[in-house]
Amino acid sequence: MFERTCFNHYFEIETARVYDTGIIKMPVYLSLGQEHISASIATVSTGFMIFAQHRAHSYYLSFGGDARKLIDELLHRETGCARGMGGSASIHDPSIGMFGHSGLMGDQVPIAVGAALASGRRTLAVVGDASAEEDYVYGAMGYAATKKAPVLVVCEDNDRSILTPVATRRSWSMVDVARSLGIAAVDIADDPWLIAHYVEVLSDYLPAFINVRTVRHRWHAGTGTDGPPEWNRFQLIREKLGCLGLAKRANEIEERARRSVGRLWQEQL
Amino acid sequence: MARTVVDIIRETTRNHLKENNGMLLGECVTAVGWIGGTVPELTEEDGIVELSMADVSGPGIAVGAALVGRRPIYVIRYQGFMWFNAEPLLNYAAKSKEMWNVPCPIFVRSIAMEGGMGPVASSSQHGMVMRMPGMPVCAPMTPNEWLEAWDWFMAHDEPLYVSEHRRSFPIGYEMSPILHSKADVTILAISAARLNALEVIKSLAQEGITCDLIHLLWLKPFQVTDMMIDSLKRTGMGLVIDSDFEIAGASRSIAYELMLAASVPVYALGLEDRTAGFAPHLDNGTPTSDRIYSFIREIVS
Repeated sequence: MFERTCFNHYFEIETARVYDTGIIKMPVYLSLGQEHISASIATVSTGFMIFAQHRAHSYYLSFGGDARKLIDELLHRETGCARGMGGSASIHDPSIGMFGHSGLMGDQVPIAVGAALASGRRTLAVVGDASAEEDYVYGAMGYAATKKAPVLVVCEDNDRSILTPVATRRSWSMVDVARSLGIAAVDIADDPWLIAHYVEVLSDYLPAFINVRTVRHRWHAGTGTDGPPEWNRFQLIREKLGCLGLAKRANEIEERARRSVGRLWQEQL
Repeated sequence: MARTVVDIIRETTRNHLKENNGMLLGECVTAVGWIGGTVPELTEEDGIVELSMADVSGPGIAVGAALVGRRPIYVIRYQGFMWFNAEPLLNYAAKSKEMWNVPCPIFVRSIAMEGGMGPVASSSQHGMVMRMPGMPVCAPMTPNEWLEAWDWFMAHDEPLYVSEHRRSFPIGYEMSPILHSKADVTILAISAARLNALEVIKSLAQEGITCDLIHLLWLKPFQVTDMMIDSLKRTGMGLVIDSDFEIAGASRSIAYELMLAASVPVYALGLEDRTAGFAPHLDNGTPTSDRIYSFIREIVS
């Protein structure tokens, strides 16, 4: 899990660095601050079809997507994972069961429900706290509950729609909505072990919904920041591993990931 | 007894569900007449899926079924509901192959009605679909035309928008082009406008106005054929009639292509640019025989 998290982290750091040189001529949606969520899910789930949305680099990488193809995609190349059509926002990889996102927020949920119902396969749909508000999301979740579709919906709740916080936009919680639809649902902090635990447990009670309270470190699109994040989960994970007496091993993993990502970008550039 | 469009749709659907592991999804598809008898009386286990009344998520569920290879038939009971349904169909299914090289074959049966149906459920809406890339569009009115659309769908891995019209359901015959060695105008008609055109050319003939009539099945991609060009050059004038809105619709788009190809004026006639009311005098449907009659008399004179 930490290895995946580190790889995602440094991949995004490097993406930001390259983006700031001006080479990348498209918006990028970085998962910094949220990069461990997909790593946690991927650690305990196998065989899921994946329907993520625009902020999906970390899902692509955590589930085994080819990093070189993602770099090529960000560099507008025919050899990219979506042949340059997807950019940062609409990436996919059939070999890991990951479908592309159309760019209209939330439509991945009904599509994921349909794919799950029609195939019987377990399916992961990822939303944000903003796209979760799209009315067709809970229409689809309701249908998933009615038909017992094997779908896990994970909401990366960074309390931001671009910059507008949840409280400004709605007075209700997605967890309450999910529960009212008859779906097992939890509202949890972005502790990676907690996420992994609930993914593992709820995978036996699909459909299910997990709201993960997290922090996006960079702008909605691009590499800018609005000051230091409220918390830095990557740093907290490091500290936790240190407390567990795993600091040396963690450092090795992190350094290996950093070098690996750097080398990949260098080679592709 | 000739098999009607209804018979063909029902039998083809039954075979698809029974033999191809296909699916049929829609709202209220098993209610009140099973959509004019076009839906076979099968069960969910057989692949008939009643969706909830969530009009935007419903087509998304059908798109998901298409992505995993079930080749679903998705039924929209009123074509005006395309304003709800457009997002997953036009923004995902239609783009999937071009974006990701991932086929998303879904057969969209979008059914038009007319006659006192009000502001939403009246008329066809294939024009809005034609505007978007990745979704071929056809408007079958006869049994063989519907089968041609189905065969195309099964031979390709793209989605297909089938603009059906309730007035086609009882039809049990085919429609051939009507061509004359000497005619005054070439009519190219779409969907239910074909039936009105068939009526009006008889009235016009009594007044000495001879019309060629060419029936259009495929709207997108639209192919200008030699027959169309020959007729237009002979008559020197064309008219495309449609059961969808005229402005920015199929009739004007196709008229434009024909005009460029044949170098003769080609007019367009479709729904008026106004909202349909429920009262008969406020309706806004497929151009009526009277309206077509008047229009042709005017352009010919």
